[in-house]
Amino acid sequence: MSKLKYLTNGLFKENPLLVLVLGTCPALAVTTSGINGVGMGAATTFVLLCSNVLISLLKNLIPSKVRIVAFIVVIATFVTIVDMTMKAFVPDLYKSLGIFIPLIVVNCIILGRAEAFAQKNTVFLSMLDGIGMGIGFTLALGIMGSIREILGSGSFFEIRLLSQEAKTMLLFVLPPGAFITFGYLIAIVNRIKSKYNI
Amino acid sequence: MEFINIIILAIIVNNVVLAQFLGICPFLGVSSKVSTSIGMGAAVVFVMALANFVTYFIFNFVLLPLHIEFMRTISFILVVAFLVQVVEIILKKAAPPLYQALGIYLPLITTNCAVLGIAILAIQKNFNLVESVVYAAATAVGFTLAMVLMAGIREQMELTGVPKGMKGFPISLVTVGLLSLSFMGFSGLVK
Repeated sequence: MSKLKYLTNGLFKENPLLVLVLGTCPALAVTTSGINGVGMGAATTFVLLCSNVLISLLKNLIPSKVRIVAFIVVIATFVTIVDMTMKAFVPDLYKSLGIFIPLIVVNCIILGRAEAFAQKNTVFLSMLDGIGMGIGFTLALGIMGSIREILGSGSFFEIRLLSQEAKTMLLFVLPPGAFITFGYLIAIVNRIKSKYNI
Repeated sequence: MEFINIIILAIIVNNVVLAQFLGICPFLGVSSKVSTSIGMGAAVVFVMALANFVTYFIFNFVLLPLHIEFMRTISFILVVAFLVQVVEIILKKAAPPLYQALGIYLPLITTNCAVLGIAILAIQKNFNLVESVVYAAATAVGFTLAMVLMAGIREQMELTGVPKGMKGFPISLVTVGLLSLSFMGFSGLVK
């Protein structure tokens, strides 16, 4: 039961995007639609899970002076795997996520969890933490992508809600909409947290 | 003419923070005072131009001939991390006043996704060496511009009554959104 805590921690209480405000660049850039958001979340989750497990396996072998460089190499390896896999199997998604796939390597969430969690905990706990944080990030990206897609293009996960001719708030799929949506989402999460004391 | 195009595009039309969403973390973290924003901006101009200069050679003379382009991400991030360290050591020895001014910002730059992002974008756009360095420097100037503007707004915002739930990140993000909206007015300035 106590171990479940590590899994659920990332979902809301320490949601990497909405509470810790890490990994903002990809969150703002790719959430023009629900699918893009979830795709980016899934790619990040894979890298986070693999790097957490490997780093916690290697934690006694890596000298502490060069640990950051070692972590970056581990993370970059998995990012390259994701990059090549997505290019081969989901070329459309790969094209719309673009530069932000290789940039997963500098996503602060991944290095942050390696430094703050994986190098101090057992392999199993690091795995749970990676899955929890990854799902939390994916969930946040999915919500943000859906809001922007509904308001900006009038569809939800590519299912049209409005007719083709309907006027939508195009602003929300453009860059300013990303910042404004993200700002209000954090405000809402802050409000929920303070009201229910989570 | 081509260079002017690249410079205007990079600084204003496709501003790195406001239109391309690169380097948001240091942007939100450092942009609370105008003076620190300028210091950080200068450090970023320096490292970005240098990083693009070095990664150009690595990509065209090491990765391409050996057909290991997939090593791009790994090699570039190591180059950026390495460069930041070297610049820090050299500045400390050679130009102590400059080091005192920029020193504290240098470690922050390794995690600035704009540096890696611009290096990869320059390769994707098939820029030659000079174009690549000009592009990087102009992008960094755009980063500085956005940060100084934001810092000015934030200094004013300290004096206003913001609703409790909107304090901190939310109000900053909405402000950046409005800033980004005004920068969209420049689109179409150059083709």
